[in-house]
Amino acid sequence: MARVLLVEDEPNISEAIRFILSRDGCDVTVRSDGAGVVDLVRSDRPDLVILDLMLPGVSGLEVLSGIRADPAMADLPVMMLTAKGNGRDREAAERAGVSRFMTKPFSNDEMRAAVRDLVQAR
Amino acid sequence: MPNALTGTLIRERRLALGLRQADLAQAAGISASYLNLIEHNRRRTGAEVLGRLAQALGVESTSLSEGAGGALLDDLRAAVAAAQVASAELDRIDDFASRFPGWAAVLAATQQRAAHLERVVATLNDRLAHDPHLSASLHEVLSSVSSVRSTAAILAESEDIDPDWRARFHHNLHEDSERLAAGAEALVAYLDGSDNADLQGTIAPQDEVEAWLSRRGWQVTELESPGGRERLLGEVADLASAAARDLGAAFVAQAQAEAMALPLAALETALGVYGDDPAMVAQAVGVSVLTAMRRMALRPGSRAGLVICDASGTFLFRKPVDGFSLPRFGAACPLWPLFAALARPMTPIVQIVETAGRAPMLFRAMALCEARLPAGFAGSDLREAGMLLLPVDLSPGGATVTPVGSSCRICPRTACPARREPSIVSDAV
Repeated sequence: MARVLLVEDEPNISEAIRFILSRDGCDVTVRSDGAGVVDLVRSDRPDLVILDLMLPGVSGLEVLSGIRADPAMADLPVMMLTAKGNGRDREAAERAGVSRFMTKPFSNDEMRAAVRDLVQAR
Repeated sequence: MPNALTGTLIRERRLALGLRQADLAQAAGISASYLNLIEHNRRRTGAEVLGRLAQALGVESTSLSEGAGGALLDDLRAAVAAAQVASAELDRIDDFASRFPGWAAVLAATQQRAAHLERVVATLNDRLAHDPHLSASLHEVLSSVSSVRSTAAILAESEDIDPDWRARFHHNLHEDSERLAAGAEALVAYLDGSDNADLQGTIAPQDEVEAWLSRRGWQVTELESPGGRERLLGEVADLASAAARDLGAAFVAQAQAEAMALPLAALETALGVYGDDPAMVAQAVGVSVLTAMRRMALRPGSRAGLVICDASGTFLFRKPVDGFSLPRFGAACPLWPLFAALARPMTPIVQIVETAGRAPMLFRAMALCEARLPAGFAGSDLREAGMLLLPVDLSPGGATVTPVGSSCRICPRTACPARREPSIVSDAV
C-alpha cells in the first residue's frame, strides 16, 4: 500500500483527492499547511508527497526546497499542485527539484495516473 | 565642449536683449561676420570667446553650452540607440540638430513619447502579472473549479459510494459552487473596475476624475453657492496626474456653466412638471438635452447613471448606476441605445434595457446625440451622445425589452448576435 502525504489547504480538494487515492489503495495523510511538513516527511518517509504551491505560512516551494536539502530525501517523489499555471511557477518548482507538476483544475484520472507513475517509479 | 546649438542659443539671447550682431560682436571682441558664423552654428566657439559672449549677454557660459541643446542631443542619441539603426550618422548629430532643429525636436519628442509608452507598458504588464486582486480572484476561481471537477467526477463515476460520503460530497459541491459564483463575480467586478476606482499608478486620468466625483457622491451642489467653484478646484488640484487635474478643471468649468444655466431649483421645478424626461426639461429651461442629462445625473439623491461618448464611441463621462456595468477598458456593448443615437444626431432614442448576469436589472435608457460645429461650416462636426439610465422595477406597459451587456469580454450572453469576441464568463455566472 503506497503511503501518500497530501499537503493542501483547500479542504474540499484534499477530501476529493484523499477519497480517490484511498479507493485506489493508498494510505493518505492530509496536512493543511506547510509548517512542520519537512520534519514529518523525514520521520514518516511517505512514498509520495503531493504539495500545493500556495499554502498558508510556509509555501509549497519552501517545503520542496527543505525536502531536497536533505540528501536522504533527494529522490523522494514530490508532485506540485497549483492553481496558477504560469511558466514562472513551473520553472521555480522545477529548479527546486519537483518530480511532477499538475495544474488545477485536473481530472481525477490524471491525478490517479500521476500518482501511480510516481509511486511505481521508485 | 560647446554643442552645435550654442550658436542658436546665443542668437536667441541676443535677439531677446534687442542687440545687433555688431554690438554683441564688439562687446565680445570678435568680428560681426565671425559672430554670424557662430550664431548659425557654422563655427564652434572656444571657451574664451564663449565666456566673453556670455558676459556680454549677461548669462553664465554654461547656459549657452548646456541648455536644451544638450538634452536634445541626448534624446537624439537615445532614439538611435532604441532604433538600433547602425547606419545613423552619429558623428554628424551636431550638424543634423543645428541644420534641422525642427525635425530634430520632432524626433526627440517621438523618442521621449516612445520611452514614456514603454514605461507605461512595463508598468501595466507588471501590474497584470503581480496584481494581488487579480491573482487572488483567479486563485479562488481555479481552486473552486478544481474541487467541483474532482468531486463531481467522483459522484458521477462511483455507483457504490457510501451514503455518508455521497452526502458529504454533495455538501462540498454546493459549497464550492457558491464560492465559484462569488469568485467569478469578484473577477468580473475587477475586470469591470466598478470597485477599483482608487487604483493608483496606472489609473487613467478620466478614472481619477470619476473616482473623485464618486468620493463626493457625484454631488457638485457647491457650484450654486459663492466660493463653491474655488472649493472644487482646490480638490481637483489634489488629483494625482496633471492630465486628471486638467480634465477635472474642465469638468468644473462645464458643471458651473450648466448649474448657472439650469439651477437646482429650476431643475426640480421642471422635473416636477415634466417628469424624468431630459428633452422636456431642456426645452422648458432653454438648455441642451445633454446639459439636462448631466444636471439630472448630478442632482442630489439622483439614482440615474449617465454615459457620454464622442463620435468614436470613446467615453467622456461615466456616472455608474447600480446594476448597469460600465466597462473600464475596451469597447462597450454595441447594443446600447447610446450608439444607436450616435448614428442619428438629434433623434431621441428611448428603450427599456435589461442587463446580463445572475441578477438582470431593467433600466429606461434615454439617448440623444448632439452635434457641434466649432469651426463653422468650414470644419468638422463634433458629436457627443449621452445616455441617461434610470432604474425601473418592471417593464412598463409591456414595452419591448432590449437585452444588453457591458462589454463582450465580461458579458455572459453567448448567443448575442453583436458579439465581437468570446466571453470569459458564461451564462452560469
